[in-house]
Amino acid sequence: MEHTRSFRFFNRGPSQAARLVFFSLLSLLLLFVDARFKYLEYARHILFVPVNALQNLATLPSKLWHESGKYLVTQTQLVQENEQLRLNITKQAAQLQQLQVLQAEAGHLRSLLSVQQRAEYPMQLAEIVSVERDIFKRKLFLDKGSSANVLAGQIVIDETGVIGQITRVYPWVSEVTLITDKDHTVPVQVLRNGLRAIAFGSVGAGEIALRYTPVNAEIEVGDVLVTSGLDGTYPPGLPVARVTQVERNPAYPFARITCTPLAGVDKNRQLLILTGLPKLPARPEAEVEKVISKPRKFPRKAP
Amino acid sequence: MSESAPNSREFLSASSGSFIAGSMLIALLLNWLPWQGWWLALRPDFVALVLLYWCTHKPYRVGIGMAWMVGILADVADASLFGQHALAYSVLAFGGVVLHRRVQMFDLRQQTLQVFPLFLLSQAIYAVVHWQLSGHMVWEYFISSIFSAALWAPLTLMLQSLRRPRTHSAQQ
Repeated sequence: MEHTRSFRFFNRGPSQAARLVFFSLLSLLLLFVDARFKYLEYARHILFVPVNALQNLATLPSKLWHESGKYLVTQTQLVQENEQLRLNITKQAAQLQQLQVLQAEAGHLRSLLSVQQRAEYPMQLAEIVSVERDIFKRKLFLDKGSSANVLAGQIVIDETGVIGQITRVYPWVSEVTLITDKDHTVPVQVLRNGLRAIAFGSVGAGEIALRYTPVNAEIEVGDVLVTSGLDGTYPPGLPVARVTQVERNPAYPFARITCTPLAGVDKNRQLLILTGLPKLPARPEAEVEKVISKPRKFPRKAP
Repeated sequence: MSESAPNSREFLSASSGSFIAGSMLIALLLNWLPWQGWWLALRPDFVALVLLYWCTHKPYRVGIGMAWMVGILADVADASLFGQHALAYSVLAFGGVVLHRRVQMFDLRQQTLQVFPLFLLSQAIYAVVHWQLSGHMVWEYFISSIFSAALWAPLTLMLQSLRRPRTHSAQQ
């Protein structure tokens, strides 16, 4: 059968090259459009539905394994776990008492300083569905999407600190870029002295770097970094990372500061999405003004 | 069997469209297993393997167009840019279709050496796209092409034995 057809192969020879050129150009066009503009998000949403179903099928065996493991815990394990949990509750209750006192005290101080009261942010619990398959991107997918009113730009935290930011929303799933992603930045503040800096994700495994920080900046190993809230995206005061290494080489203008994230960036299963973002009164107007004033070239034309 | 006598053409049952589609589906599922960390870097590209197998053995059924569509699905699943996998698989399919007579002439060991550059080329496309986007080259992409090429012989044997009619398999 293949012998008889082989003559047609030579007839079709040029068409293979033509097909390659056609599909390559199509791919390159798609690459360009997708990298520069966001026109293809809708097509991606539609294609994601069947793909997601297949992906769930692929992860089914491991899920079944974990579920059956959960079902077959022994009684001693349960008893031990119960004891441990009870111990944790007592410990945490004590801590909670302290926290309430501290909150009351902080609220009092803040009202004294007439600083605007920071609101408690409403949160939404979400579960990790899958993690990014490209090892050079730090991303994961949560099981809440636009059907649960998740918006791109919302912040994802766990109980110890910031995990990342939602960058893409599908109908039932949303994509989170972790703070350790190379292209992700968080405006931070040193908790000890209030020094502001910007935390960049790094190419290396699970680290954060403080770039563009002067050599003489007052940062020490062990300092805790919290979000400064100056970008209007991250609410202030969320713990981000702890400084693990400070290299000051006078030959360079900036110090090399490496930190590890405080949150379990690649540990947890359940995460919290902050749905109500803080209101920053001044910032949005300034941004709008800047956008409008940019195209104007002649100031006298301004109203 | 085919690996001992390279030029002997054994009779293979005409592979149905559903068999081809099924093998592609299983390859996609294997690719989408929750691989992580180093396992992900070492993971052979099953989709590329199966695609190349069909492009070299059934070049008139499976070609560049099908490779491109599978690539688009892979792009959606990986949340990578549209066209990245599609471009890589199209080039791979082109190589497979063009070289299919040469590949079929050789035995499995020589075939592996023939397909390795094709896998290397498709991985190079990922690396170049990544380089264009992020400005630095990632060499780890190339590791998986070694493992893909190493899996070529077992995969070919497996698919050939699945395509062989049942009655003949008893004699072989």
